[in-house]
Amino acid sequence: MSSNNGKNTSSDRPIFEISGFSFAYGETKILENVNFAANAGEFVCIVGPSGAGKTTLLQCLAGLRQPTGGEIRFKGEQVTAPPAELAVVFQDYSRSLMPWLSALQNIALPLKSAGQGKKQREAKALAALEEVGLAAAADLYPWELSGGMQQRVAIARALAYEPALVIMDEPFASVDAQTRADLEDLTLRIKDHLGITVVLVTHDIDEAVYLSDRVVALSGRPATVVDVVDVNLGNQRDQITTKERPEFAGLRSRLYRLIRRPEQQAPAAPAAAEIH
Amino acid sequence: MALNVPTKTSSRSRKRPWFKTLLWQSWLPLSALAVIWVASEQSTSVYFPPAAEVFRKISIVWFPDALVTDLLPSLGRLVLGFALAVLLGIAIGVLLGLFRSAETAVRPLTETARAIPGVALLPIAMMFFGTGESMKLVMIVFIAMWPIVLNTIEGVRSVDPALRNVMASFRITALDRFRSVYLPAAMPQIFSGARISLAIAVAVMIAVEMFGTPGGIGYFIRDAQQTFRIIDMWTGLVILGLFGYTLNVIFRALEDRVLRWQKRMAKHVQGES
Ligand SMILES: Nc1ncnc2c1ncn2[C@@H]1O[C@H](COP(=O)(O)OP(=O)(O)OP(=O)(O)O)[C@@H](O)[C@H]1O
Ligand SMILES: [Mg+2]
Repeated sequence: MSSNNGKNTSSDRPIFEISGFSFAYGETKILENVNFAANAGEFVCIVGPSGAGKTTLLQCLAGLRQPTGGEIRFKGEQVTAPPAELAVVFQDYSRSLMPWLSALQNIALPLKSAGQGKKQREAKALAALEEVGLAAAADLYPWELSGGMQQRVAIARALAYEPALVIMDEPFASVDAQTRADLEDLTLRIKDHLGITVVLVTHDIDEAVYLSDRVVALSGRPATVVDVVDVNLGNQRDQITTKERPEFAGLRSRLYRLIRRPEQQAPAAPAAAEIH
Repeated sequence: MALNVPTKTSSRSRKRPWFKTLLWQSWLPLSALAVIWVASEQSTSVYFPPAAEVFRKISIVWFPDALVTDLLPSLGRLVLGFALAVLLGIAIGVLLGLFRSAETAVRPLTETARAIPGVALLPIAMMFFGTGESMKLVMIVFIAMWPIVLNTIEGVRSVDPALRNVMASFRITALDRFRSVYLPAAMPQIFSGARISLAIAVAVMIAVEMFGTPGGIGYFIRDAQQTFRIIDMWTGLVILGLFGYTLNVIFRALEDRVLRWQKRMAKHVQGES
């Protein structure tokens, strides 16, 4: 599982390293001997069957859980608590925003805790809302926004936090296809614009290939990294043309086989490139 | 990316004009009063004087004398006692709500304390604090705060566990968790507890005033009854009724302000379904 991504624009300094990582809930081993790293500026997707432990892995990376074996380093330091330069976009947008705070207040709250003044944090929150195209919704409450808009507020909250690394756990799983494509492009654009690193978990292999510089495939029970696939589709991605390229189809099939293999019990593969 | 931002005003309801509300609210009390007025007109009973007498006496007794000696002390006592009950109730409720084990440990105590009718503590309170102001305040605070404590515990627990991860990963400080998460999350429940607390506070206030040192509506009513100023006693009850009603109006106005987001959300959800 080596990766030599010479063609990527990212620097080669790892922003985080996961080494010899394992995790167990009580006696149940979920993840074992997971090793991979990401360089600053990279877009890394993690794919794997449901229940593989992707969320668990992200929670450990975010400092919300402690590994039961091995270690995770973020910017060279072992992660024991949520690091300041790391932001998370949670899967369930409807439960990750505070319903009693407006969009702007939701985004500004972490900045308030970081000790920033009212003017400063409101300016930053507004800038982040502009970045996701929601400046007009600043004073609306989350429940007055559509699902896609709520997830954009959650992304804006992560951006305003000015992180070096953004972790996203199936961020687009519960929005419609069009919104999903919009949010994918939005995420790519922001990542380029702000030069941040993104780690994103998804069920959707098309999405993983479309977004990533590298795809980490988890599989097995307990799960481990079965492959790390470099995606050399360039920096300019387009929902139609990129997905038409033969390389795209090749990567897609390769990942699809890779992840499906241990779960062969299922008689027929689903038509869509989604694993459930 | 098309952006359809709903306008703020769309979620506002068409409000009934205030005078209509007032009319709608007052027809029953006014008719009841009219019935009592007519029925008691010919009354010769010492205990049920004609309503007209009582109302004539109100302006004589209460404006301005008893207003200063009895109504204001009651009001001050109630406002202070209720405010302390709210603050203490929220503080205790948040702590017990957040630390589950602490709540389990003190539950027998709180359940027992809740089962004892508050006024039963009056003799004990008088033993420790005498019959003056401190006894009155302690009684109001201690008895009225329980509904707030229990509702705050429940409100704090209603916070979506998913938000714990959000707060942890964005490193929200303890103070901000309290101010911006737990308190607003629990606010609807706190208010429904506070509504009960307010009624209890008024009841306890009257009781302690009846047994304590002079001053207060409760004292006035008891004193009037004991010195056979029956008409005065009835004026005290009328004043008490108005007192309670006014407090409720103020309370509701406050609730509307503080829970604006929640009201707006309730309307929003209704509008969708
Ligand atoms: N708090 C927990 N206690 C015990 N077991 C858990 C807990 N959370 C998750 N698990 C188990 O650990 C395994 C991995 O869960 P996890 O949520 O990390 O998987 P996942 O890869 O994110 O799945 P999905 O793709 O469905 O989101 C699952 O089998 C799950 O049942
Ligand atoms: Mg998951």
